[in-house]
Amino acid sequence: MKFSNEEILETIGMIAEGKLDIRTVTLGISLLDCSDPDPKACARKVREKILARGEKLSDKADFVANEYGLPIVNKRISLTPLSLVVPVADPAAFLEVARAVDQAGEEIGVNFVGGYTAMIQKGETAIDQALIAAMPEMLASTQRFCASVVLATTRAGINMDGCFTMGRIIRDIAARTADQDGIGCAKLVLFANPVEDNPFMAGAFYGAGESESAILVGVSGPGVIRRAIENLGPAADLGQVAEAIKKSAFKITRAGELVGKEMARQLGVSFGNLDLSLAPTPAEGDSVGQVLETMGLAMPGAPGSTAALMMLNDAVKKGGLFASSSVGGLSGAFIPVSEDASMIEAAKVGAITIEKLEAMTSVCSVGLDMIAVPGATSAETLAAIIADEMAIGCANHKTTAVRIIPAPGKDIGDFVHFGGLLGEAPVMAVSRISADNFVRRGGRIPAPLQSLKN
Amino acid sequence: MGKNRKSIVVTVIGRDEVGIVAKIATALADNNINIIDINQKILGDEIFAMTLLADRANSSLSLPEITARLKEPVKHMSLNVTVQDAEVFQYMHRV
Repeated sequence: MKFSNEEILETIGMIAEGKLDIRTVTLGISLLDCSDPDPKACARKVREKILARGEKLSDKADFVANEYGLPIVNKRISLTPLSLVVPVADPAAFLEVARAVDQAGEEIGVNFVGGYTAMIQKGETAIDQALIAAMPEMLASTQRFCASVVLATTRAGINMDGCFTMGRIIRDIAARTADQDGIGCAKLVLFANPVEDNPFMAGAFYGAGESESAILVGVSGPGVIRRAIENLGPAADLGQVAEAIKKSAFKITRAGELVGKEMARQLGVSFGNLDLSLAPTPAEGDSVGQVLETMGLAMPGAPGSTAALMMLNDAVKKGGLFASSSVGGLSGAFIPVSEDASMIEAAKVGAITIEKLEAMTSVCSVGLDMIAVPGATSAETLAAIIADEMAIGCANHKTTAVRIIPAPGKDIGDFVHFGGLLGEAPVMAVSRISADNFVRRGGRIPAPLQSLKN
Repeated sequence: MGKNRKSIVVTVIGRDEVGIVAKIATALADNNINIIDINQKILGDEIFAMTLLADRANSSLSLPEITARLKEPVKHMSLNVTVQDAEVFQYMHRV
């Protein structure tokens, strides 16, 4: 036989017990040809383009999933940053186009669309300001359109005025979606050094340097990695653990490569890239935190978590890079608190704190992700937390992000419930020490030095 | 792999009983799917595991349809039947 029984059963086991799946097949669509100063015309062009390009996405994804017996969990759309598409500095124009996007997404059956995006790392245009001003209402009145704002890059430094603005905007979004624990904030990602071909939500957008349309695939499989480490037993040393992670990552990535190529062929678009990120879901066994536990930590957040995560992230990349010629996107381990059963538990008992998470994000993508904090947290404090995370990205030439929810009316130890993939999370403690005067200075933190790196 | 072959891998796992291979093989034959190779063993004492490589070039059925036809004759048994394009295994297990 071409394949041994063991090989076939290993794959079947990865899917059934390791929950190997294709986390998302995201269709990137350029909207650069949809720009129009008339908001109604712009909305119509955008809607028509999404429908034309994306109408077959769901059916084809189901077909490919059936052919290969590999579940495709999410079908999504990522778009050119809307700040490059709507050429008028009017919040109402952004709302008009955003609603058309949301409706088009619903019609083609995708659960999230990314690209309500502004890039203000060095400063804002009037158009960026209009996009940001409309953001709270946009997130409160639409279901699936996700927002992102680029606040920092290694080459530009950190826009501190932008951080403060977003601190205030986040509080506004939370207030407008207070009946759902501030869920609007779960659809907003603030970035340092974002990638332009990220398939994962809520931070996906389809960069201006991308092709007309492309398939972007996010594979997952923390459960597969965990099983591989478990099979080694407790006596294996960390070199052996790294080796086992690499081998599993190779196989997971190959599955993603196959699905990506086939999806691109079916839809007649190019295969943009494969994102090697390990992404958890709230489902049992689908947890990045549990991988750390299997490595030997009692809980994520324990001393050693940063070292363990660095090794995990690195080994996944080393295995994955050999398995695909199209690796791109974020390609790092995700540690969103509310979307990972083991992280939720660790946050609940206080094993993991915002400060430890911050340290962990210096060795993995993507950042302070899906963190609920007390509703009373001030815009200044939110801005300072954001700035810290941006600094880690800037100084380390990597993507970092913040997705933080000041849960209205809630305090430390309360729970927020978002449901579905967004999960639930305990409200975590925020330092009470003030950074107000630092944040209020505003301005821009200059780009960090690129030489003399010792 | 032959030039015009469309290879699929059928995996059947579950509680061992008399006649599983016969039922699956008959269902494949009835639907014009040619068996290329079969591996079957009993894991532990009672878990039946069969992996089978077949060619569906002469069948017009889709994979979900083939899966349904194979599940039908063993529906009263405690078995899990999966059918996948063989390319998955090629990709995952061969460099």
